[in-house]
Amino acid sequence: MLKAMLGEAWLAMGANRLRTALTMLGMVIGVGAVVIMMAIGQGAQYAVQQTISTMGSNLFIVLSGSFTASGVRSGSAGAPSLSVADADTIAELDGVVHVAPTHQGRRQLVYGSQNWSANVVGTTPEYLDARAWTIASGAAFGDSDVRSATRVALLGKTTAQNLFGDEDPVGKTMRIQQNPFIVIGVLGSKGQNLDGNDQDDTVIIPLSTAQRKVFGTPFLGSVRMIMVQADSAEAMPKVMDSVTSLLRQRHRLRDGMPDDFFMRNLSAAAESEAETTRTMSILLGAIASISLLVGGIGIMNIMLVSVTERTREIGIRMAIGARQKDILSQFLLEAVMISFAGCLLGLLIGLGVALGINFFTGMVIVVSGSAAIIAFAVAAGVGIFFGWYPAQKAARLDPIEALRYQ
Amino acid sequence: MSPGANESVIRVVGLGKSYETAAGLFPALKGVNLDIKSGEYIAIMGPSGSGKSTFMNLLGCLDTPSTGDYFLAGRNVAHMDKDALAVLRNRTLGFVFQGFNLLPRMSLQDNVALPLVYAGDDKETRRAKARELLGKVGLGQYAESLPNRISGGQQQRVAIARALVNSPRLILADEPTGNLDSHTSEEIMRLFGELNAEGITIVLVTHENDIAAHAKRQVKFLDGEIVSDHLTAQVPA
Repeated sequence: MLKAMLGEAWLAMGANRLRTALTMLGMVIGVGAVVIMMAIGQGAQYAVQQTISTMGSNLFIVLSGSFTASGVRSGSAGAPSLSVADADTIAELDGVVHVAPTHQGRRQLVYGSQNWSANVVGTTPEYLDARAWTIASGAAFGDSDVRSATRVALLGKTTAQNLFGDEDPVGKTMRIQQNPFIVIGVLGSKGQNLDGNDQDDTVIIPLSTAQRKVFGTPFLGSVRMIMVQADSAEAMPKVMDSVTSLLRQRHRLRDGMPDDFFMRNLSAAAESEAETTRTMSILLGAIASISLLVGGIGIMNIMLVSVTERTREIGIRMAIGARQKDILSQFLLEAVMISFAGCLLGLLIGLGVALGINFFTGMVIVVSGSAAIIAFAVAAGVGIFFGWYPAQKAARLDPIEALRYQ
Repeated sequence: MSPGANESVIRVVGLGKSYETAAGLFPALKGVNLDIKSGEYIAIMGPSGSGKSTFMNLLGCLDTPSTGDYFLAGRNVAHMDKDALAVLRNRTLGFVFQGFNLLPRMSLQDNVALPLVYAGDDKETRRAKARELLGKVGLGQYAESLPNRISGGQQQRVAIARALVNSPRLILADEPTGNLDSHTSEEIMRLFGELNAEGITIVLVTHENDIAAHAKRQVKFLDGEIVSDHLTAQVPA
């Protein structure tokens, strides 16, 4: 029965091809816009997630203030304003997950006859958690290494490759500024960050070792930068506020005095990029819904014309035994088929355009099955919603009147 | 299932139908009584406005009466709902129209098989039955053709095949020769005669005396009432 009806609906669509094609156009554009919207929207989301997952999420950094500003502590001119003790108290604040005081800079590494300049990060083990670093081989250093300033190092993938080539670096001794360091592990790969910098071109060593042996510090216990991770994106502003007031209090800054530190939200950059694409998605979504609405009205219009044109046919069908629901489902099926055909075409065109956008602009797109499912569900919905009234009109015709219709 | 010769296929008792018009309620049919036995071949005659079309619509279960009862194959259909009437039209009745009323986009075979679609038969059954009946009306070789490829007389034969496809208890033919020339009309009337000889009950609506003469019994309508009812052999010349 359904098969016979599908065949009939197909015949009816084919009877007036141009009209059917024009009717489908609204659906084609609407569904195409839905597909592009979802491809770009999901692509943006994916890109941000990707960035955040390599960078570590909900991070902000506290940087020590300028050396000449008024907020200098207790007479020791030129000393950095942040201390390891600051980091320890920040760790006790509500909503703070990880705190890692850091000191970093570019230094020359030497192993055998090879040398390579990499970003050297002196920090505590919590840094690895905050930045979501994984260990590919070997092991990470612990708090005891920080306390006793051991000369151990973790290498990023790029650094390891450039310095050691095919050799396994774990257990080998390399030198950072004449100081021998034992490589105890290699980090998992992260790739580029948002600025295109290679995050894998790095060396991580204990903070204490870095300050004493690599960078040097005029004042033991001070630190250039503290990385803080909040437990959620929502908690970020609150945590940043409490860090500010805590540091002002600890640094004895009176009201009206400027902060002797800066704060930067690392997730914000990624978020703002996502916001742009989200706006674009919303715009496309608006186009899509208007097209679908107009497309649906077009289908309804054509179905009404079709019902009038085929009044006599409906009369004949009723005379030979079609029930109201048979007529209703016949016309509903026809509307849904027009809608589906438009949807299929829109899906293909949308996919093509999305791939084109990806090819020409390099924008990340994600084509998912859910987009196709949503598009078909929407098409079925539009077909049924806008096909219902004409189909109902056909089903309620009086057979005698319909048979007499010329 | 095999109906006795004296069983009524159609029995109407005090059947009346009125229409709302601007001038008030117009009685198109005024309490008609009629009994049609299985295997009869009956012509219903009358000028336009006599109520014969209204009567035919009621017999065909396309309309419901205002008053009275209509027993079709023993069941009172006067108060059935639309879907039940549709099922009756599908299973118990076969229609033949003046204008043939084939669906233009479908092959002759599909046209003939259409009632079986609504009866819920599967594709193979539909095909086999449609082929069989097209063969019976002598058009088996045109099964895949479209209706506009064959003549009017042939189209009417296809329509008759369609009317027969569900093995109905009776065939209602409304001016079946109205659009045909006299030669073709004779052919169609001969086909009706053959079908009646096989035991199929036929009700024929016509306003032409020579067409009505093919039937065995003639009923004349005038102003919504039956004014005469007799066997063809006794019709006054």
